[in-house]
Amino acid sequence: MDLQAKLAELKHNGLKEIKAAEGMDAVKKIKVSLLGKKGPITNVLRGMKDLAPEERPQVGKMANILRDELTKAIDAKTKELEAALLQQKLANEAIDVTLPGTQVTEGNPHIITQVITQIEELFLGMGFQVVDGPEIEEDHYNFEMLNLPKDHPARDMQDTFYITPNILMRTQTSPVQARTMEKHDFTKGPLKMISPGKVYRRDNDDATHSHQFHQVEGLVIDKHITMADLKGTLALVAQTVFGAERKIRLRPSYFPFTEPSCEVDVSCFKCGGAGCAVCKQTGWIEVLGAGMVHPNVLKMAGVDPEVYGGFAFGLGPDRFAMLKYGVDDIRQFYLNDVRFLKQFAQKG
Amino acid sequence: MKVSTKWLNEYVPTIAEIEPTALSNKIELTAVEVDSVVRLQDGLKKIVVGHVLAMEMHPDSDHLHVCKVDVGESEPLQIVCGAPNIAVGQKVIVALKNSRIAGNIKIKKGKMRGVVSEGMICSLQEIGFADSVVPQKYADGIYVLPTDAVPGEPVYEYLGMDDTVLDLDLTPNRADLMSMRGVAHEVAAIYGKEVSFPAVDLHEDKEKAADMITVASEDDLAPAYMMRIIKDVKVQESPMWLQKRLWNMGIRPINNVVDVTNYILMDYGQPLHAFDYDQLGSQQILVRRANEAEKFTTLDGKERTLHANDIVVTNGTKPIALAGVMGGLDSEVTATTATVALEAAVFNPHMIRKTSRREDLHTDAAVRFERGINVEVVAAALDAAAAMIAQLGQGRVLAGTVGQDHTDKQPTDVEISRQHINDVLGTELSDSEVGAIFERLGFTYQVTDGNFTVAVPKRRWDISIAADLVEEVARLYGYDQLPTTLPVSEATPGHYTYEQRMIRNANAVLEAAGLTQAVSYSLTSAEKAQRFTFDTGLTTQVQLPLNSERTTARMNLVSGLLDDLAYNVARKNNDVALYEQGRVFFRDEGQDRPREIEHIAGAMTGLFRANSWHAAKQPVDFYLAKGIVEHLLAKLGIKEDVVYQASQAYPEMHPGRTATISVAGELVGFVGEVHPNITKEYRLKKTYVFELDLDKIIAAPKSAEVYQPVPKYPAVTRDIALLVSEEVTNAMIIDTIKRNGGAYLESVNLFDVYQGENIKLGFKSMAYQLTYRSQTSTLVEDEVNQAFDKVVNSLQTELNATIR
Repeated sequence: MDLQAKLAELKHNGLKEIKAAEGMDAVKKIKVSLLGKKGPITNVLRGMKDLAPEERPQVGKMANILRDELTKAIDAKTKELEAALLQQKLANEAIDVTLPGTQVTEGNPHIITQVITQIEELFLGMGFQVVDGPEIEEDHYNFEMLNLPKDHPARDMQDTFYITPNILMRTQTSPVQARTMEKHDFTKGPLKMISPGKVYRRDNDDATHSHQFHQVEGLVIDKHITMADLKGTLALVAQTVFGAERKIRLRPSYFPFTEPSCEVDVSCFKCGGAGCAVCKQTGWIEVLGAGMVHPNVLKMAGVDPEVYGGFAFGLGPDRFAMLKYGVDDIRQFYLNDVRFLKQFAQKG
Repeated sequence: MKVSTKWLNEYVPTIAEIEPTALSNKIELTAVEVDSVVRLQDGLKKIVVGHVLAMEMHPDSDHLHVCKVDVGESEPLQIVCGAPNIAVGQKVIVALKNSRIAGNIKIKKGKMRGVVSEGMICSLQEIGFADSVVPQKYADGIYVLPTDAVPGEPVYEYLGMDDTVLDLDLTPNRADLMSMRGVAHEVAAIYGKEVSFPAVDLHEDKEKAADMITVASEDDLAPAYMMRIIKDVKVQESPMWLQKRLWNMGIRPINNVVDVTNYILMDYGQPLHAFDYDQLGSQQILVRRANEAEKFTTLDGKERTLHANDIVVTNGTKPIALAGVMGGLDSEVTATTATVALEAAVFNPHMIRKTSRREDLHTDAAVRFERGINVEVVAAALDAAAAMIAQLGQGRVLAGTVGQDHTDKQPTDVEISRQHINDVLGTELSDSEVGAIFERLGFTYQVTDGNFTVAVPKRRWDISIAADLVEEVARLYGYDQLPTTLPVSEATPGHYTYEQRMIRNANAVLEAAGLTQAVSYSLTSAEKAQRFTFDTGLTTQVQLPLNSERTTARMNLVSGLLDDLAYNVARKNNDVALYEQGRVFFRDEGQDRPREIEHIAGAMTGLFRANSWHAAKQPVDFYLAKGIVEHLLAKLGIKEDVVYQASQAYPEMHPGRTATISVAGELVGFVGEVHPNITKEYRLKKTYVFELDLDKIIAAPKSAEVYQPVPKYPAVTRDIALLVSEEVTNAMIIDTIKRNGGAYLESVNLFDVYQGENIKLGFKSMAYQLTYRSQTSTLVEDEVNQAFDKVVNSLQTELNATIR
């Protein structure tokens, strides 16, 4: 048999052997036996010295090609086996993916905070400031500056926790407006503010009354502010909190610090206005009070009512949260039962 | 204010066709809220007139009667009745079988103690009347209908129950709606219609009132005080039409004299008082201030001790009425009264308000005097009432009114421009549109170039400035007609202040760390308010607390959180981790108003993380609480100069497991385990808390965030385990290591603490990993060894540590 035939045979047998190899060890053995220093190809190459010089390059070339082919075949076989092994290994590593994941311990903001934040974000976006003020106030700011002199009958409407005859737990966050208006320099632009915070009334706690609750009051004072602007602003509030489809309606009301004054109803978010238990079949739900700032309030804060005017509104985050989430007892907000608090952990 | 629509329709006849619900809706959108719209007969079914033909005692009862009642059918019904006032011949209210009475109760044919009863004879209460309006005579029994009632006819019309009553929820400014005439004016304005009031038919006798009585009063007490005398009055039951009207308005019929005063009160809004002239004890009326501590018995039978600021109507010496609030028992009109002295007055509203508040006597009269009355009609109301009493009591009205009326009846002129109205409302109303609205209101006006002068009649005493008229125009034009726009003004930046942002950041950090936000009550007991404090100051207490648990403004947040934890644990929520952010209140000596300080606090009990198949449970402990505080401070930019020091200064805290927290030498809070005495009080298990002064933390110097090159050279670590005495703290060891660590020491990390088996008593093992790194080169073994040896030596010499 000449060398060429021998190489062809080597190729045929070698590839066959590689193909049939079972396991990595077998492949390694084949590799050594075929391509090793004592292997047949090496032998062939060694035997080249006996060939005619003109045959040598040809045979050498053939031997090298064969070696490359076999090497490739071995590599391919190795990869194939490795892949199979890995496959096997991974199969053995399979886990029950239906077991629960590791619990992440994270708390969440109180539902009232969430409602307030939502309102704050709306107004910050419209260029309002968020202003905080004292919770224990002077009668002067809580009432008198808001057109509620000592003898005013509307003081009946709000039973107050007094600390001294002149100091009280604020009954509304409007005193923050009075304080801010008094300080504001109108030559530097309009005043646009909201004041969120806790307020206190001398009410016994029950499902619908709480001696402590929250308010967000808003105020805009500038040269050309209209009741139409108030309507547009409140429509945005209603849509932000209760959904984009909501409409509002204004009804006459009375607050000593605004005139005209109005109560604001939002179209029922449960029934869309058709009438249901939530809106007591009216299609509307009362959500806040508002109005055009009373000229006396402007005067008392040192603002000229002939030049400036504006609107104010006050809304209750507790009431908003009760309506929006169907909470039927205001005390839930202050008892802090974790089974209640943790119901409102969703972002957005 | 209850409004009978039947009565209203008499005054504004052109609205009679409008459905009550539509009327109510219109009133709500234009004037005031309507609490309810009730057709009184609604919900009732098969309630008819019955005629008691015969009755006998029930064989098995000492109070039940078995009656034969004609209900207009071919055969009389047999009805068992237990009412004490049932009698043969009466026309009564019968609920037939399968009828519905008040409360949607169905009446069926049944047996009462073995006797068949084919219906029920009803009291007024049983068909929906409030106890407060049922005439005294029928309070405890069935109602007896007029003799001309026809058996079998529905009872509703006989009782006025076919009327629909609106209940208006008046705002304090709309006291003008506390009368039927006021409501009529308003409804007429809403619909652009006219009011029509009947003329008063007053016949005066020749005899003069002035011969029987003299009146003296001062204007600051009573700007108007007038009296009429009606003689030879027969006090009796009022006619049905009047009784129906009163009870539909929520008032109990009493007798024809008192009923007339109440009717005129409802009609004109003018409070009146009828005295029994013969019981006055004199022939003069003197209105004066009460004497201090003067005693007086009001007609409700209560003796009251008066103050010098109360107004009293006297007979010259003794009080006969607490003016404008309630009459006296002694001069009350009774069945034997023959001569009535009828008062119509206007009293000082501020004084009435103080008296009625103090005495808690918010009578219909007092409420009206406090909020104001229509001075235009004081005399007219008096005339109308006198005429009516005379008519219903077959008496004589004596000639003339005694007394005076010094009230100002001139309309109030208010100036306003069309431009101003449009500027405030965002509308484009014309002069004629504005003028038309004033006309609807019944206000006369003059207008030149858009400048209006409006003459507002005294019946709308709530209107005195331009803003009041803007409101009138706005609501009658229709709030729903106003355009909807957003304010257009100079742009202003909208952002949180630094402090507001930091507070919100602190909240977010604690939430991410696993605590849920609580909002507790600011008012607490004096004892709880003063616990867990690390500031000094006096308490702030409310004058009239609701109860002993809510007397004092909190001076710490932990107490409130412990209340929350206790509430949860009592409900088997054993694992709770809450935080709260809010104000605490410390008052300085001599100050009425406290300082308000923003605090943030946390409280944890039970398991911080429950056992799961995948992770071991984590009970709350000191180091968990401290870790949260450390994390919070770091996230707020406070990374240096924070010192935790063991403290026994808090009686509410575990003396061995509490640390004060200082930043840059200033005390900012504490963290630790709540004292077992306190947890026992709250029925809590081990509880860990922290409280921080957020204002101080926000104001404290912050580490600037400046770029540090990311290390180019590798770090080298060395571990060391020490055996030290129990008294040696981690802080001492870290301090020693850092002081002696050399330039390359980057960090020190405690990775093991052990006490127990194999460690001698009073000692503990502490293991640290020290990390060395140079910013300029790769450290060689020798450099690290030298530095490490120095640390080892100093630990041995300074802290007597044994290297393990």
